[in-house]
Amino acid sequence: MPEPKNIEICVLRYHPEHDPEPAWRSYQVPCTDDMSVLQGLQHIKDEIDGTLGFRWSCRMAICGSCGMMVNGKPRLSCQTFLRDLQPGPVRIEALAHLPIERDLIVDVGEFVNKLEAIKPYLIPREPRTLAEGEYLQTPAQLERFEQYTSCINCMLCYAACPEYGLNRDFIGPGVIALLHRYNADSRDGGQAQRQPILNAEEGVWSCMAVGYCSEVCPKQVDPANAVNQNKAVSARDYFLRFLAPKGAAP
Amino acid sequence: MNLDGGVPRPFVRPMRGWWRRDPFFVRYMLRELTAVAVLAYAVVLAVGVVRLSQGEVAWNGWLAALRAPWSIVLHVLILAAMAVHAWSWFQIMPKTLPMIFVGGRRLAGATITRAGWLATALTSIALFALARWWQS
Ligand code: SF4
Ligand code: FES
Repeated sequence: MPEPKNIEICVLRYHPEHDPEPAWRSYQVPCTDDMSVLQGLQHIKDEIDGTLGFRWSCRMAICGSCGMMVNGKPRLSCQTFLRDLQPGPVRIEALAHLPIERDLIVDVGEFVNKLEAIKPYLIPREPRTLAEGEYLQTPAQLERFEQYTSCINCMLCYAACPEYGLNRDFIGPGVIALLHRYNADSRDGGQAQRQPILNAEEGVWSCMAVGYCSEVCPKQVDPANAVNQNKAVSARDYFLRFLAPKGAAP
Repeated sequence: MNLDGGVPRPFVRPMRGWWRRDPFFVRYMLRELTAVAVLAYAVVLAVGVVRLSQGEVAWNGWLAALRAPWSIVLHVLILAAMAVHAWSWFQIMPKTLPMIFVGGRRLAGATITRAGWLATALTSIALFALARWWQS
């Protein structure tokens, strides 16, 4: 076994019960080639300072809970390796734009509320009995929404979105990608119910087409595509209103 | 201490200078800035239309002004800004379009970007050809 090299990890710490604002603290962490940033933080918590707060669960880029800013970029800390960040120092901060609850833990309440609001589940077009059997989809129908099903709610795209940073009421890339995941599904009939959320000022029209959200997404969801496709949908919905005032589906 | 009636208060970091935080944001701001050049050229053309409506002398004056050195410099700058504008827009164009399927396969983003450049090249060549034909 090669000797572990030390790497300096700087963490933006914040404990609201005694800190007026966040402040940087530095730690020396022994680092082997197979260590992720998350493992570096676990070393700090286990061996140096047990009061460090951060979220994690799966350690394999699936649960979406370990997002943080690593050297200024939104990253999953379990998927980012310290060997790639040598010689350091590595600067770690809570996900940008989101309110810091404690150390690297951000407030996800607003995100969860938005997620609930878009009805992230299939709303059948018409009631269907078991006897009618399963829905069938062609590969092309599947492709229309499949990439959006890969979202793990990690919120890296929110940390990449300056519009969200400037206005946290913006529904944001990840939730709009999930909204589109259901709208684009041939089994779903809930588009009319979700449309008011997209049409609102905090919906797709808040997007300034920066496009960084798609760049940082660890699951290639391409949320910017979901948002911007729906600008056209929203515009069509607006103009169709004049042609079919009874609210006919687009 | 950052408590709100005894309840710990989440800390919201300021957004001041956000566009300098990442090279990606700097490039984005550059794209937005080049829109000013697009506007500037629209103004140049609009002035031309107004001068045309004012008669031959005014029109010839406008043509002469276009040939002045400062005008050539301005046009080179605007052309460069337009090129950056086009490049960055064709880059983001695949994200703004609904999925396009050709023969059952989804069109790749790079293909859409290339199609944008191809259309630019073709219309530019057509425009130059038209101008030459007009002159002869
Ligand atoms: S769209 Fe991508 S970056 Fe955004 S929450 Fe989903 S997985 Fe994370
Ligand atoms: S710990 Fe689950 S995604 Fe990183």
